[in-house]
Amino acid sequence: MSLFPHRHLLGTETLTAEDLTMLLDLGERFLEIAQRPIKKVPTLRGKTVINLFLEPSTRTRTSFEIAAKRLSADAINISGAASSTVKGETLLDTARNLDAMAPDVVVLRHAQAGAAEMLAGRISARVVNAGDGAHEHPTQALLDCSTIRAHKGRLAGLEVAICGDITHSRVARSNIFALTALGAHVRVAGPRTLLPPGLPEMVEGLGAPLGVHDRIEPAIEGADVIMMLRIQKERIGTGLFPNTREYSRYFGLNDRRLALAKPDAIVMHPGPINRGVEIEPSVADGPQAVILDQVSRGVAIRMAVLYLLAGGETGEN
Amino acid sequence: MDLCIRGGRVIDPARNLDAEGDLLIEKGVIAGFGAGLAAGVSKSTRVLDVRGSWVVPGLIDLHTHLREPGQEYKEDIATGTRAAAAGGFTAVCAMPNTLPPNDTRAVTELILRRAATVGAVRVYPVGAISKGLKGESLAEIGELREAGCVAISDDGRPVMNAELMRRALEYARTFDLPLVQHCEDLTLSDGGSMNEGPVATRAGIKAQPAAAESSMVARDIELVALTGARYHVAHVSSAESVRLVREAKRRGLPVTCEVTPHHLSLTDQACAHYDTAAKCNPPLRGAADVDALREGLRDGTIDAIATDHAPHSSVEKDVEFEQAAFGMIGLETALPLALDLVRTGLLTPAMLVTRLSAAPAGIFRLPGGRLGEGQPADVTVIDPEAAWTCDAKSFLSRSRNSPFLGRALRGRATLTIVGGKLAFSEERYRE
Repeated sequence: MSLFPHRHLLGTETLTAEDLTMLLDLGERFLEIAQRPIKKVPTLRGKTVINLFLEPSTRTRTSFEIAAKRLSADAINISGAASSTVKGETLLDTARNLDAMAPDVVVLRHAQAGAAEMLAGRISARVVNAGDGAHEHPTQALLDCSTIRAHKGRLAGLEVAICGDITHSRVARSNIFALTALGAHVRVAGPRTLLPPGLPEMVEGLGAPLGVHDRIEPAIEGADVIMMLRIQKERIGTGLFPNTREYSRYFGLNDRRLALAKPDAIVMHPGPINRGVEIEPSVADGPQAVILDQVSRGVAIRMAVLYLLAGGETGEN
Repeated sequence: MDLCIRGGRVIDPARNLDAEGDLLIEKGVIAGFGAGLAAGVSKSTRVLDVRGSWVVPGLIDLHTHLREPGQEYKEDIATGTRAAAAGGFTAVCAMPNTLPPNDTRAVTELILRRAATVGAVRVYPVGAISKGLKGESLAEIGELREAGCVAISDDGRPVMNAELMRRALEYARTFDLPLVQHCEDLTLSDGGSMNEGPVATRAGIKAQPAAAESSMVARDIELVALTGARYHVAHVSSAESVRLVREAKRRGLPVTCEVTPHHLSLTDQACAHYDTAAKCNPPLRGAADVDALREGLRDGTIDAIATDHAPHSSVEKDVEFEQAAFGMIGLETALPLALDLVRTGLLTPAMLVTRLSAAPAGIFRLPGGRLGEGQPADVTVIDPEAAWTCDAKSFLSRSRNSPFLGRALRGRATLTIVGGKLAFSEERYRE
């Protein structure tokens, strides 16, 4: 088993194709554990994983908790509203106090970009970024790549469309880095108001150029994979776009638009979905959607991440 | 005590002087300059040997935040002016966003009184444009002028309302005060912490476009054309703003502007890993903007270099990037950063001295900026090649929020003389 050359998992931006493949391959092995009647291996017994979730989450937090427990680690969950952050304790003080209890891994979800990097520099535990503001959500990108690879047999050369609110999406950013590094051709699409400047520069030197479109049809045309992103309720009715009706009319994935993609294209979504807004129920529940598959692979990928950072060998010293 | 500054290269652009010689200071004013004057001074005159150094009119910072009254835990008039002196400044203009803000003569008088007691350098207060800096109604600008304010500004905040801005310009004109605007359309910047561009996109940080600054510069220039009042753009940061000011000057409008040393030397890349010390407003921008700022400084579109010295404690800065306060200290790093521009050939020494001394004096109509006989003896002695490392322990400011910590820098003030007295001196000059 080769060494994983990173102390923390803060994002996919700095992961090489080798790093990514190592994680995906290990994820495949851990997927098998979920099929067993006793879904547990002793690999991380005696290790402590703290899930510090300072932003609401269902699937990611549960996924990390199950991943830790299936590896026999002790998993502790701390959520924002129930922590001293409501008393005004700073992120750093919270983390340092927890670090003093010697956890092996701190999994952090935070509403602000850069929070995980900030923590990684200040505490001795390994840090896994479970989503920092609009910046990165590396385990989501990993499970997305895992899902695509399972259904398509490969990532290199695939046409992948990521559609929606790119500006505010950490899922988009992490996927752009990971998919491009693994050889896919990524296209992003969304209303102009939700496309930030400097997107093509993100993949400079990484792989195939990034396509950028202000309508989703050109992105979906001929795609092997369509990844739809959630529109957040807070954005609606602001200067960014008028309402959900207009959004779903012009930017939503319906059967008509889906037909533009390759006939065997798969439909993905990081969840939670807004039925009828960015994705029609018929598509979300249809035969091409692999959304629930993403969720089950999520646990396996997170087991792989925790194993490589807290269990198996690491190359950082 | 009378002083003789011996053997330095005296650069006084206001009088077209750049020559080696001895500078005489008697009873707090410049008494004469010439080669070999040191030989004839009386025994009671202290002779300071500055061979190899530049001797220039005392540097004047048009834009400093001294944080007193109200935020003395970050900085106060004593520590801020000591930091200024260490940086080679003989005068600083103190911005009004204190607590309470400087929108009444009472606060102006407090600042002046404190400066007279504990200030290491001259302090010129800048009064508020609007009451409480709220941008709703005019502050008592006439009385602020009378109390000693040299300019008005709501700095930290823009005057958003165009009608109020127009009236402020008209009113300030009556009292012959320049109006300094922090140009930022708050609806466009909308809470953004970085410059809108590839670096912010990669970092996932909400950003503000350069147009948030330049759109207000453009609007204000039209109001200057309407009112004829003197207008100064604070901390200009974008190529487009420079272009607009250049055009305004071509039209003959009384528009001036300043740029900070950090905007001249750093791009938004400095924020790529969420270093809150590099978070400032206006934000650090892209390479093209830095190039335009440098060219603007060279061709005189940008009149002055001003630090926007903005002290913050770890409480404000040791937090998540988007939560952190805007601003960095700058009094003690301004000179080495400015000297880099001479080293790269962008500016001549005389041009640099003008941008840091004569020009600021001219814009706010302050005494100083020249070394003529009878002038107050505000003098800065600079060792342009002195090598030093910027480290937290060496700062005289109460705060440490600088992205240059740990950097090797070249050039520093070795002597700062205010009214003929030593406000700051290096080890070797101390008695």
